[in-house]
Amino acid sequence: MATMPILPNMPALDLIKSFKLKTKQQELLIRVSILCLVYILAFITRLFSVLRYESMIHEFDPYFNYRTTLYLTQNGFYDFWNWFDYESWYPLGRIVGGTLYPGLMVTAALIYRILHFLRFAVHIREVCVLTAPFFASNTTLVAYFFGKEIWDTGAGLVAAILIAICPGYISRSVAGSYDNEGVAIFALLFTFYLFVKAVNTGSLAWSLASAFGYFYMVSAWGGYVFIINLIPLYVLVLLITGRYSMRLYVAYNCMYVLGMLLAMQIRFVGFQHVQSGEHMAAMGVFFLLQVFYFLDWVKHMLSDTKLFQAFLRITVTCAVAVGAIALGLGMLSGYISPWTGRFYSLLDPTYAKDHIPIIASVSEHQPTAWSSFMFDFHILLFLFPAGLYFCFKRLSDATIFIVMYGLTSMYFAGVMVRLILVATPAVCLVSAIAVSATVKNLTVLLRSKNKGVQTGSTKGSSSSKASSKALLDQSQPFQKNGAIALLFGAFYLLSKYATHCTWVTSEAYSSPSIVLAARGAHGSRVIFDDYREAYFWLRQNTPPDAKVMSWWDYGYQITAMGNRTVIVDNNTWNNTHIATVGRAMSSYEDEAIEIMRSLDVDYVLVVFGGVTGYSSDDINKFLWMVRIGGGVFPVIKEPDYLVNGEYRVDKGAAPKMLNCLMYKLCYYRFGEMLTEYGKPPGYDRARGVEIGNKDIKLEHLEEAFTTSNWIVRIYKVKPPNNRW
Amino acid sequence: MAREKSSKDNAQALFHSLRSAYAATPVNLKIIDLYVGFAIFTALIQVVYMASVGSFPFNSFLSGVLSCVGTAVLAVCLRIQVNKENKEFKDLPPERAFADFVLCNLVLHLVIMNFLG
Repeated sequence: MATMPILPNMPALDLIKSFKLKTKQQELLIRVSILCLVYILAFITRLFSVLRYESMIHEFDPYFNYRTTLYLTQNGFYDFWNWFDYESWYPLGRIVGGTLYPGLMVTAALIYRILHFLRFAVHIREVCVLTAPFFASNTTLVAYFFGKEIWDTGAGLVAAILIAICPGYISRSVAGSYDNEGVAIFALLFTFYLFVKAVNTGSLAWSLASAFGYFYMVSAWGGYVFIINLIPLYVLVLLITGRYSMRLYVAYNCMYVLGMLLAMQIRFVGFQHVQSGEHMAAMGVFFLLQVFYFLDWVKHMLSDTKLFQAFLRITVTCAVAVGAIALGLGMLSGYISPWTGRFYSLLDPTYAKDHIPIIASVSEHQPTAWSSFMFDFHILLFLFPAGLYFCFKRLSDATIFIVMYGLTSMYFAGVMVRLILVATPAVCLVSAIAVSATVKNLTVLLRSKNKGVQTGSTKGSSSSKASSKALLDQSQPFQKNGAIALLFGAFYLLSKYATHCTWVTSEAYSSPSIVLAARGAHGSRVIFDDYREAYFWLRQNTPPDAKVMSWWDYGYQITAMGNRTVIVDNNTWNNTHIATVGRAMSSYEDEAIEIMRSLDVDYVLVVFGGVTGYSSDDINKFLWMVRIGGGVFPVIKEPDYLVNGEYRVDKGAAPKMLNCLMYKLCYYRFGEMLTEYGKPPGYDRARGVEIGNKDIKLEHLEEAFTTSNWIVRIYKVKPPNNRW
Repeated sequence: MAREKSSKDNAQALFHSLRSAYAATPVNLKIIDLYVGFAIFTALIQVVYMASVGSFPFNSFLSGVLSCVGTAVLAVCLRIQVNKENKEFKDLPPERAFADFVLCNLVLHLVIMNFLG
């Protein structure tokens, strides 16, 4: 009777064994932990500018959003909804409540209220700064569920990872970029996911959810027009290819009717869903669906096909006739308005340059260069066609949708740089399908070979079986090596993608635009905080009812930080008013002072980059002022300011250029300034020339303030001289 | 003459076969069809009224017409989901379909009440 050997760590082994999970639970744990990590990653990768500078709002448009959110939290929803702002667009004012998309502000105010309810006393600015990264993290979750719906959980995970760090999305959703797109892309993807889910299940509840998603999108961004045109196009494609089913009818009808009604609650959208040409496709498809399914039902009821053909002929001709007459009447009488300039320029990119210079002047509206695509997408650019191939191999309602979304959004991304943002979720999803399917095939190849070896070794008794298996094993090592090599290649590519994305985020998309940084002579970092210096000077040293004239780029910042009335701002709703300011800036001082006195202007603000080499200043934007001013007032002619078609500011410049108000205000006292070692005084570092008119005298304005690096210059309009 | 007679015969035959096929549908579906017909009829009356007195205020007109059209469309969706001949919905219990219908109608009419003005 031998004693049993006692293993001292037996109870520990039992404990570990009790923790061992079943495969399904292991998989769930892996998935949940990956999603948690991706959620955190999407948030922290957008925090570069908060860590480097401080927690502040970037750019121009977010300042308006911040100001309205502040107003909303201080005055409540009804005052916000009915707000008339008399501090911008003097003397016209602006109906803010009816001309903005409230989704972003309401969301931020809601988060702020919840945090205060939980007794976190945060300032609304912190909430505003961090809203976009928070919603970016939520977008990764939606991307996971969407990928799961289209393909499988693996594709969902890869999609979540890809979209968490994709630069195309990061560019408009960094911390501090408090703009509509930060929330709108989440709403867009959410609406699409809910709609695809509704088409897949045919449930009214999911369609209702997608209608609410559409309502959120309409409240958040003007790009909702993309949804209301893509979904009818998708329905049409399904009808034409014969993939229609009852589920499609339920999903589209419920979503369209409820979505349209909900969307009309937003004052800025108003009745556009029944009156604007951009929304007519959805209505047309709605009626087409009714006719189509009615015919389908009649066909199902009638057993005789000949009778049905007759019925079909009558109904189709009637329906087409009625539809054509209604559409024709609507468009001819002008009741259905044609496509607005902003969206028409997407179909015809040359339209804006000839007809609407304000739209053409915005840098984000220019066509996209290949380098922008590479910069923003990296490897996704070639994974996208690969993913399209996989989608076509396994066509279903969901994959048809993602293919259409991808192709249409890529077309629009090619027309306008800003729309790369809309294409990013589609590209990430389709690329995720490619990555997931490839990796899955490769690992299945690896695993099956191993299993083959094992079964071969346990079974192989007869020599013939062993020899055949040996033959198989000989060819398979090449396959196995190939699979391992490809897997390593895929891993290398994805790690390069992650490196590129982080580099791009850090270098290109994390600058606040309102604070400039440069490297000093010894590599130390120099910060130019001139904008905020100027705005705070305005806030503290001017009377509260002072009116400031500047180019429209700075309007939102002046009202938000300087708290003074402006003449024009970034909303650009009144082209004539902007043209008046452009005319004032491009005229001689005597003509300009008349215009300024008629607008009650007290201060003029210009941005000048000659001392620092800052190239986004008003002298570089000056030709746009001339074009926009000349578009309304023919007295301003662009060739007057050019010399042989060339734009110059040195001695050879046109005389009108050397004496216009903008030139004088920018270069006042600059002729004595030494900017660079070895160059004469008055050397403009942004243009790289010595200026032509150094001896500037101002008659009706006087210099009020110039910031420490001469970036922002403020002038006071002198009151008229006494008569004696 | 013969062609006219044959087309008239065609129309009559069409009408008769439609009528007989429709008579064979179950009673609950016929009730839903009656509801849809009533809603469309109400919408038509509103459109005729608008044509005679003008469309101001437009939001009230839209909310009236859209509530009729919306509830008709939702009833058609209910009919599709409850119809035993539709293979796609055979796992859906009719109570769930009706609950979805009531929920969507509730949301529809709440929005209509907000939009009426």
